[in-house]
Amino acid sequence: MPKPPTPLPATSSGTASSGTASSGTGSPEDASSGVGAGTRPTQPAQRPRVLSVEDLGVRLGGRQVLSDVSFHLCEGEVAGLIGSNGAGKTTLLRAVLGLTPVSSGRVSVAGGRGRHQAVGYVPQKVVLDADLPVRARDLVQLGQDGHRWGLPLPSAAKRAATEELLAGVGALHLADARVGQLSGGELQRVLVAHALAGRPRLLLLDEPLANLDLHSARDTVALLDCIARQQGIAVLMSTHDVNPLLGVMDRVVYLAGGRAATGSTDDVVRSDVLSSLYGHHVDVLHAHGRVIVSVGDDSHSDDGCDAVPASAGVLVGGPVHRGAGAR
Amino acid sequence: MSIVHAVFAPGFFSNGPVQAALVMGAVVAAVCAPVGVLAVLRGQSFAGHAFADITSTGGSAAVLLGISPVLGFAASAAAGAASMEGLGARQHGDRDLVTGTVLGGALGLSALLLYLSTTRQGTSGATVSVLFGSVFAVSSANWPWVAALGLPALALVAAAYRPLLLSSVSPELAAARGVRSHLVGAMYLAALAASVALAALTIGAVLSTALLVGPAAAALGLSSRPGRAMAWAGAIGVTSVWAGIVLAYDSYSWPPAGRGWPVSFFVVALVMAFYAASRAGAHRHGRSPAGKAA
Ligand SMILES: Nc1ncnc2c1ncn2[C@@H]1O[C@H](COP(=O)(O)OP(=O)(O)O)[C@@H](O)[C@H]1O
Ligand SMILES: [Mg+2]
Repeated sequence: MPKPPTPLPATSSGTASSGTASSGTGSPEDASSGVGAGTRPTQPAQRPRVLSVEDLGVRLGGRQVLSDVSFHLCEGEVAGLIGSNGAGKTTLLRAVLGLTPVSSGRVSVAGGRGRHQAVGYVPQKVVLDADLPVRARDLVQLGQDGHRWGLPLPSAAKRAATEELLAGVGALHLADARVGQLSGGELQRVLVAHALAGRPRLLLLDEPLANLDLHSARDTVALLDCIARQQGIAVLMSTHDVNPLLGVMDRVVYLAGGRAATGSTDDVVRSDVLSSLYGHHVDVLHAHGRVIVSVGDDSHSDDGCDAVPASAGVLVGGPVHRGAGAR
Repeated sequence: MSIVHAVFAPGFFSNGPVQAALVMGAVVAAVCAPVGVLAVLRGQSFAGHAFADITSTGGSAAVLLGISPVLGFAASAAAGAASMEGLGARQHGDRDLVTGTVLGGALGLSALLLYLSTTRQGTSGATVSVLFGSVFAVSSANWPWVAALGLPALALVAAAYRPLLLSSVSPELAAARGVRSHLVGAMYLAALAASVALAALTIGAVLSTALLVGPAAAALGLSSRPGRAMAWAGAIGVTSVWAGIVLAYDSYSWPPAGRGWPVSFFVVALVMAFYAASRAGAHRHGRSPAGKAA
């Protein structure tokens, strides 16, 4: 992974500086200071619903990938979509976007405007040629008007909006860089700005932490938390590890075997709930402020490369387990 | 003044065919620029190459039938676009595979038609002009064709400019923004087919991709902005065509004597020189040393 071309300011997500002992919420607050006015107190029950998923079922290639998934998301909430590889996270996000057809149940997104207007999306992998003659600001601009016909007319208002969006994700200094030459963390910020450019009420992110080091992952989580709280946007992000989201999640959607357990972290990430979801005994351990989900039967297999030394705070389960419903 | 005379051989500026060639070449290069940049960005330069081979089939058929080659270029490019679109829609598979299938058929047919033309007419002159072209030989009767192909190509690209750009960055981002990628892709394919037919008219069917993709590939390193990259591609294309025409006119006084060198050779050589220079420059500035663009 290439180093970022420009030296990054304090809010950067570029490298894992080992000296950082802070809680991790400090600097990203600064990074997002341009986002909007003050935070609102958390009152989950009274906020309007942005996303409702009711008994969702998705069949792909003759296989039931998701069945009976139900949850909802309110304005300003952050939800984690947790599940191991192949659990159906991407499928669920694409179904919410309307890109994958739903075979049963319902997905409704608030707002009379079209689905693609109300929902912003940051896909997991965006592979870009380093030569692509598109700057970060062009990509964010395309988030505003990329679906429109005709040639773009230069507009001071659009330019200002673009710069505000980039500033909001702490990426204004990258505005004129070619998108193909950004580092993983930088590109992700620009993609978040792109997704926010359509003024969505719901922001979906597919494995936004997958290719980031710990420090950048923490910055990203804090940034998304800020966006949710300050702009009232509902954020749904998938991850195979629940730990980075523990402090910010209002809601967990835990996928296994094509089904989902949903609710608050404490209600879902529990031995009894996950055991019934997986269909066999699952241990949920708490250690050093982290959660260890031990799925058991698969975790002793030869996936040694996924294991982390216990002292570092281990996640067994997510990355190790291979969805009970798979083959 | 003597330098001017050394560069522009006597009669250059008063020669009717030369003037027509200068205007025609510039128009074609200008149309090819935005279409070519998008071809490179969308990874469809191979499709452009396929159109080149398909238009050679159409051109050969036109010669055999005794009609204007541009009719053959346009008809075959349209048929090629339609069949690629049809095949692609049905199997949803690898675009290159679809293109390759169409290409194989077209080349085989082209070989047959060229064989028949040559045996019937006893000369390979028309064959050479279809395959390698000569902008000097393009008659003014072709102007309506240039307009009929060039204007729609530009209009299609302008209409779908933003969706095309977004889907070349990432089809998934485009889909999430509500871009109808199939419609936009079909519009682009039509623009690409029309541009290749135009380029075939100017520098011949076989070399048409060079005019389409070459300036575009050279331009990518020159600007980080899509619109400017297209403008650079236009400048490089027009410069190559004009300088090629000057050199070809001069070459009437060069060695094999009397007949002049093929203008298409000069145009393509200049395009390649621009590409090499742009690559070298990008390399020196520490940018991607080996673009996958070409
Ligand atoms: N187009 C498809 N056709 C058939 N099966 C698919 C398709 N897309 C995904 N799947 C299957 O659906 C399951 C869930 O995939 P996905 O949503 O990508 O999981 P995740 O994102 O959680 O890793 C996987 O087993 C995958 O093989
Ligand atoms: Mg996935």
